[in-house]
Amino acid sequence: MTALPGSLQPAWLKHRVVALRLLVIAGCVLLLEAGSRLGWINPVSFIPPSKMLLSAIELLVKGSFKTDIWLTLSAASIAVLLAVLFGFLFGVILFKLPRLRRVLDPLLLSYYAVPIFVLYPMLIVLLGLNRWPLVALGFLFAVVAMAVNTLNGLERVPAVLLRTARMLRMGRIDELRLITLPASLPFVFTGIKLAVVYSFIAVIGGEFVLSGAGFGYQIAYAYNNFDNPTMYGLMTLLLLFVGTINLLLHMAEQRLYQRRVLKELT
Amino acid sequence: MSLARNPIVSVKEATKTFSARDTGQPFHALGPVSFDLREGEFFSVVGPSGCGKSTLLDLLAGLGAPSSGSVHFEGKPVVGEVPDGIAVVFQEDASFPWLNVFDNAAFGLRRAGLPEDQVKARVDHALDFMGLSGCAGIYPSQLSGGMRQRVCIARAMVLRPRLMLLDEPFGALDQQTRLLMGEEMLKLWRDTGSTIMLITHSIDEAVLLSDRIGVMSSCPGRFIEIVETGWSPERDAQTAMDPRFGALQAQIWGMLRAESIKALKAKR
Repeated sequence: MTALPGSLQPAWLKHRVVALRLLVIAGCVLLLEAGSRLGWINPVSFIPPSKMLLSAIELLVKGSFKTDIWLTLSAASIAVLLAVLFGFLFGVILFKLPRLRRVLDPLLLSYYAVPIFVLYPMLIVLLGLNRWPLVALGFLFAVVAMAVNTLNGLERVPAVLLRTARMLRMGRIDELRLITLPASLPFVFTGIKLAVVYSFIAVIGGEFVLSGAGFGYQIAYAYNNFDNPTMYGLMTLLLLFVGTINLLLHMAEQRLYQRRVLKELT
Repeated sequence: MSLARNPIVSVKEATKTFSARDTGQPFHALGPVSFDLREGEFFSVVGPSGCGKSTLLDLLAGLGAPSSGSVHFEGKPVVGEVPDGIAVVFQEDASFPWLNVFDNAAFGLRRAGLPEDQVKARVDHALDFMGLSGCAGIYPSQLSGGMRQRVCIARAMVLRPRLMLLDEPFGALDQQTRLLMGEEMLKLWRDTGSTIMLITHSIDEAVLLSDRIGVMSSCPGRFIEIVETGWSPERDAQTAMDPRFGALQAQIWGMLRAESIKALKAKR
């Protein structure tokens, strides 16, 4: 029996890697702190990270941008949900209909070559001057990544598992529910991770360039008004939000992988 | 174990022809093949690579339909789906990586709606039998190839099949593990009384484990001969010391050698 990779790997080694990672981040932050305080970086354009953090805390406590934060998070969350749902269904349809897949393959491959933001004016015409064009932007940016990863996962289900399903006399629905989906879950999960990242990028990017409210808009507004503490405070908050979401997704993925895949150590 | 038993499987003039994916030309992969599997026997099939051994197993399992001829299991025709009472163990690792060892073994029983206490009793027994009782809570990724194959055998065993079809289940294992797994299969066969058909590349394995050995020709595979070993059901690794063991090996290799050369030439 091969031992559990996690248990084989000594705790001190795992912790050492994490500690080194944190050390690299802390080193960069300290370097920026020293750079701005000692005048290596122009303090007019860049404030020390400690001030950014204080400003972020202040913004959070005051609640001055509560509405904007809420608008961004809600738009991005709706975009993620829609992208995950429709991307998954689209992936399943492409898997079940290979002819359709052959037709759409080149379009899917070149999808991310199109700068999606050019669609924003058209989306405003279609959906009105509200938050929905931003949601649509987030959705459109994320949905294909979700679909392609779902398709990839479904295609990689080992044939022997499907034969086992037949051996156990499973119907189509049970096969999909009990074998195909769990077997393709790691790929589907990668699709979810990408959908989250892409939706946030599109929504915040859209706000930054074209919107009149939201996280991105307020960062751009502060930038245009030379309000460095607010701009960096909002950027820090945004980094913390997105970092936390990514960390949670990473932890969920680790739990998933720990169970099913041998890590590189074994 | 008596060999003079009723046939549990009856194959009559079965053939299989595939349509080649690239050219669309028909490809005659198997047969015609006719033979019976006797209830409670251990039957092995040996033959050159690509002769249609696994195709034959698919026909018996209901995982594929014969192009002509017929396959009957317990007197009923095998058409389109795996009949109740048949379990298959494949060469590739078919354990479910998202389920722990216990849940893997219990999968078929839970699907059949067996009460949980009975599931537990049967699975515990199977895991104990396969030497996996200490591994119930861990996941296949934490096991070696041999152990994962045991999980698959346990999953098949708990269903209490009357016929177990083993498609080179030890093919990917090292020689020592193969020998141990072979001994365990013999023990399983003796304890359960199931009929077993084993597809294997190994003449040694077939001679040691089987009551009868079907020797197949190169593609399209047909049985050249079905050899009776005459071993007692209590056979074990020591049987390999019996002078008849070497004679049987030589007899089967004598039949297979020319066919293997033919198969090799066809590949080139």
